[in-house]
Amino acid sequence: MDILRFATAGSVDDGKSTLIGRLLFDSKSIFTDQLEAVEATSAQRGDEYTDLALLTDGLRAEREQGITIDVAYRYFSTPKRKFIIADTPGHIQYTRNMVTGASTADLAIILVDARKGLQEQSRRHATLVSLLRVPHIVLAINKMDLVDWSEDVYREISEEFVDFAARLEFTDVTTIPLSALTGDNVVSRSANMDWFEGPSLLHHLENVYIASDRNLVDVRFPVQYVIRPQNGQGDYRAFAGQVISGVLRPGDDVIVLPSGLPSRVKAIDTAKGELAEAFSPMSVTVRLEDEVDVSRGDMIVRPNNQPTVTQDLDAMICWMDSEPMRVGAKYAIKHTTRSARALIKEIKYELDVNTLHRHRSPSDLPLNAIGRVTLRTTQPLMVDPYQRNRQAGSFILIDEATNRTVGAGTITEH
Amino acid sequence: MTTDTSETRRYGLSQLDHLEAEAIYIIRELVAENERPALLFSGGKDSVVMLNLAVRAFAPGPIPFPVVHIDTGHNFDEVLAFRDRVVEQLGVRLIVGSVQEAIDEGFVREEPNGSRNRIQTPVLIRTAEQHGLSALFGGARRDEEKARAKERVFSFRDDFGQWDPKNQRPELWSLYNGRIHPGESIRCFPLSNWTELDIWQYIAREDIELPDIYYAREREVFLRDGMYFTINQHCRPGDDDEVFVESVRYRTVGDATLTAAVPSTATTPAEVVDEVAATRITERGATRGDDKVSEAAMEDRKKEGYF
Repeated sequence: MDILRFATAGSVDDGKSTLIGRLLFDSKSIFTDQLEAVEATSAQRGDEYTDLALLTDGLRAEREQGITIDVAYRYFSTPKRKFIIADTPGHIQYTRNMVTGASTADLAIILVDARKGLQEQSRRHATLVSLLRVPHIVLAINKMDLVDWSEDVYREISEEFVDFAARLEFTDVTTIPLSALTGDNVVSRSANMDWFEGPSLLHHLENVYIASDRNLVDVRFPVQYVIRPQNGQGDYRAFAGQVISGVLRPGDDVIVLPSGLPSRVKAIDTAKGELAEAFSPMSVTVRLEDEVDVSRGDMIVRPNNQPTVTQDLDAMICWMDSEPMRVGAKYAIKHTTRSARALIKEIKYELDVNTLHRHRSPSDLPLNAIGRVTLRTTQPLMVDPYQRNRQAGSFILIDEATNRTVGAGTITEH
Repeated sequence: MTTDTSETRRYGLSQLDHLEAEAIYIIRELVAENERPALLFSGGKDSVVMLNLAVRAFAPGPIPFPVVHIDTGHNFDEVLAFRDRVVEQLGVRLIVGSVQEAIDEGFVREEPNGSRNRIQTPVLIRTAEQHGLSALFGGARRDEEKARAKERVFSFRDDFGQWDPKNQRPELWSLYNGRIHPGESIRCFPLSNWTELDIWQYIAREDIELPDIYYAREREVFLRDGMYFTINQHCRPGDDDEVFVESVRYRTVGDATLTAAVPSTATTPAEVVDEVAATRITERGATRGDDKVSEAAMEDRKKEGYF
């Protein structure tokens, strides 16, 4: 059984939490004590229906205000797959939490209220999902019960989205009209919308093909930790880390970056024994033939397939802090297992999420803004374009005074 | 990127392999970035899995950090014996923070209901301070409880050990921010994405030893609030309670005065897997008196510094 990670996205009150509640409820993934608690709360508040959003809105402040503040993770399985759901907030104020949830997703469900069509926040989320290169998108047109299950409304919104998405980079978009409240097209196909010939949402989630999303070509092994036991294990010295892409085998010629020192893989160890090959996302320990200088933050790669080693980055940045990002400011940067400092050299443009218009050369990038930025780092980083390698192409910026994570960056093609 | 289906199938990983790889990565990441981490180890199933993963993360080297047990004094005897045996086998250092001693010193006061769940928090924070621990690994899972479902893998805690759920650090991709100022700390949850079923499937697959109370045995029990309590030194039936023998096991191991057993016939990990897969009630809902206090009981305790 494999895992599909998916995230919800969309504007406030478009029904994201209700959809997740419905999906869990109709797939019989809710435990009876959880349901009883939700029913009791709902009844006490005088809700007309049991409010399934209460299943994921777990914080006191969320339940008081009826909104989602931070991403909630939920888990369920069907005989086909294990699912990890990130139910993300719709409010602009909590965009950074939506980004948190979407960054690891294989698939994003962008919800749109059938009565309202695309809102600014739907566009912002679609832009972020595109920027984060979530490989699969479901455009879920929700609340179809409130527009008389109208095929015309469905077509209008689909077309509006296609127009907008034409300027974004989506590879796989599936549109499904549904009602999270009534359950139409969520787990089973809707009798109210016989004009729709596509799958139910759950059917799509169970069957969307994700195995080819992984990069098995470019060997990238960032060294996380050097294992060098002092307790009489001889001269054992090996490099622990997670294979982020490619397939690594004993006997492979490798080089260590950024030093460029060559060596060969002697063995790939795990606690259970040696492996004949290691691939993403396995956590292994690599031994090399030669006594080369390797430490945390270095990257082991194949000589004939190397990332760019550079101190100059060109990236799209989503800014997540109330204190704006300014040209000339310095931040801590974390990229794979490597930490350095980064200087903001230039903000080329800020992207208007509504129109996708580029505002040239702003002096700063405020909270929730997305912009194209050039940076200079104190140490070389081993990078790939994000579109080719999600892990070797991403970084975070950290404010050195507050230690807050303030920016998320995706490296653009050099 | 490849589209060759035979290739991609060959390089497929099961959900347990994914979760194991992710947890090992997280454990190594905290240890690489934090000066003084430690692992909370109670002998409960999640902390046993955590300890196993820590062994795997650093093999063939030793685990490079101590383990901490906040001893409420309300323990199941078998669990305490198990803790000591495992710690000795692995040769790791055990730090014990004793709630009983803290009560005797007047550092904390016993709660009227006798539960030590809440008062273990100040003891936990004090123990971490005394030993200069700047990060703690825990075996908490997001599927356990709705406040936990919201918490980051690297959960920042302020000088007082408090969690601020409305102001968590964004956590993108697998880039964890473990930076702290002196006095602040990180709670780290490598098992965040595991469910109770994943834990049991892993225990069965990897043949991991657990305290015996996790398996069904005929035990003397009585009913309280509809839950089965076994008789032990901390948990005695009242005069009106009817005592009978029932085949039960524990789904969670917490404060022995409050943790209930569940009726079960599962005597092996594989049988527990089948039982967990079929259950319709959460582990905490089935067994924990302490979570029934209020709808936000866990969130409130976490804000105070609880795990």
